[in-house]
Amino acid sequence: MKKNLPLCSPISPRAREIICIILFVAVLPFLTDALLGRGWVRIVDFAMLYIMLALGLNIVVGYAGLLDLGYIAFYAVGAYCYALTSSPHLALAYPLLFPDGLHLSFLIVLPLAALLAGGFGILLGAPTLRLRGDYLAIVTLGFGEIVRIFMNNLNAPVNLTNGPQGISMIDPVRIAGVSLNTTQQVFGFSLPSVHLYFYLFAGFTAVVVFVSHRLEKSRIGRAWMAIREDEVAASAMGINTRNLKLLAFAMGAMFGGVSGTLFAGFQGFVSPESFSLMESIMVLCMVVLGGMGNIYGVILGGMTLALLPEVLRHSIVPLQQAMFGRTLIDPESLRMLLFGTALIGVMLFRPAGLWPSRVRRRELATDEAEQ
Amino acid sequence: MSKPATLLELSCVGKQFGGLSALKDVSLHIKRGEIYGLIGPNGAGKTTLFNIITGLYQLSSGEFNFNGDSYQTTKSHLLAQAGIARTFQNIRLFSHLTALENVMIGRHAKTHAGVFGALLRNKTTRSEELDSTNRARDLLRYVGISKPSQTLAKNLSYGEQRRLEIARALATEPLLLALDEPAAGMNATETESLKALLQNIRATGITVMLIEHDVKLIMGLCDRVAVLDYGKKIAEGVPDEVRQNPAVIAAYLGAEDE
Repeated sequence: MKKNLPLCSPISPRAREIICIILFVAVLPFLTDALLGRGWVRIVDFAMLYIMLALGLNIVVGYAGLLDLGYIAFYAVGAYCYALTSSPHLALAYPLLFPDGLHLSFLIVLPLAALLAGGFGILLGAPTLRLRGDYLAIVTLGFGEIVRIFMNNLNAPVNLTNGPQGISMIDPVRIAGVSLNTTQQVFGFSLPSVHLYFYLFAGFTAVVVFVSHRLEKSRIGRAWMAIREDEVAASAMGINTRNLKLLAFAMGAMFGGVSGTLFAGFQGFVSPESFSLMESIMVLCMVVLGGMGNIYGVILGGMTLALLPEVLRHSIVPLQQAMFGRTLIDPESLRMLLFGTALIGVMLFRPAGLWPSRVRRRELATDEAEQ
Repeated sequence: MSKPATLLELSCVGKQFGGLSALKDVSLHIKRGEIYGLIGPNGAGKTTLFNIITGLYQLSSGEFNFNGDSYQTTKSHLLAQAGIARTFQNIRLFSHLTALENVMIGRHAKTHAGVFGALLRNKTTRSEELDSTNRARDLLRYVGISKPSQTLAKNLSYGEQRRLEIARALATEPLLLALDEPAAGMNATETESLKALLQNIRATGITVMLIEHDVKLIMGLCDRVAVLDYGKKIAEGVPDEVRQNPAVIAAYLGAEDE
């Protein structure tokens, strides 16, 4: 019966939904460009990288319940992977081997970076299998810092990462001969670079959402949630908790690696500064604030936290000018103050996140009913 | 029946926690298809024995054979896959998941879909998923949970939570169902219906082992009973025999000359 449904009605409600989303995404960069300016398209691009990161972390934290404070390390692995293999940098270190540096294609580096990041995920997961909660958080925090410090110091004796200066002149993403850092003409539309990257990132975000969604509603996803709820009971049900925890770390890390690769190609420059502890915490905030375990919540959280600082940055000065006639407080310090206040506010008034998962929502509702 | 008539056999099993020996030279065997009770005063080592059988603890000495295989050092999930399913003394459900999901998780070892199955959601995965859902619904009905299957486990009543644990254990299609104080905290009516449920389960060919404080339930239900005291087995036999055993009476009420 179900199979015949699409034949009966030409467009099912679900297909209509998807078409609407695609149309919205297609016009979004033009809309943003026209209303707010090109700088904002770039900001939205970055927001999508963060959404991918948050969705990856959601697998580890939201599904499997493993608190990871060093998640940005996988982003770094992906970014450096692309930076090393697609820039003139290697020519500095090994002029004989690579006279022009290595310039591998994006489509080759991407899977490699994902696999490498996944490997790093297992590397982090293996020694921490017996740890939970705060202990796990401390070890993962250490792991994140180790990776960053390595990137910072691996410029001697062998110059692999160029240390704190970072790697620059990274090749832009190039797919099928189309370089995404130039304006392209498609069907009479002029698509600037930020628009092209927007569509690329939107595509990848869609894949990440799809993968998360499928995993959540599967045997693997249920096993992860069982581990999150009660590890002893999970293993008494025949779940190999070791393998499934490693799988969660690896899957989450792969998403981070993909996002990092895109970041390196988009930015054209990577340095250890981009992978500080603050970034890990920011991504974790997106997951928790949006609604742990709920894909749409995590997307909302990622979008909010990535855009809010920019919104505040652009609105504080005009606001003060309008209210007091001059700028009283330095916008940069006020911005973080407001940002922190917003975080506290959300956690106080929406403890399960902006858009909690169905289970969390029901749970809070019944808690209130019991009180 | 090519398999041995003895399903589980422990010989001279000992367990030490540092200097404390919780179990000393305990030997017992459970036959296929029987209901086997394990009783004893508090701290006698019942739960320790249980945790060894279900792979939570490793035994310090002795031998442990299940269904013809030896399990000297092992892991919980391997024993679960071999056919021992358990419930816990203090209920350990996946409390933020639905009743249905809880039972479906019990199907984990009997299903196979991996990451690629989940991503592609091919025919095999879909039929496996449908089968898991149907079996889980049937099991919920079987143990007598009338609330909607989408109720969170933590929102079920106490008695229903105990039953949900049994349903979850049955979902693993066990050979041996091990219940750690299943009637704890139940009233007389609930205990009576639990008894009926366990008899039903045994009738389907599943061997049942239970620890229980409710002596009336044990005596009325079990084919054979073992009594533990201070980590040693002091008696074993049919309930009536055990009830008359002076050592058992002494352990429960205190010996006359002490």
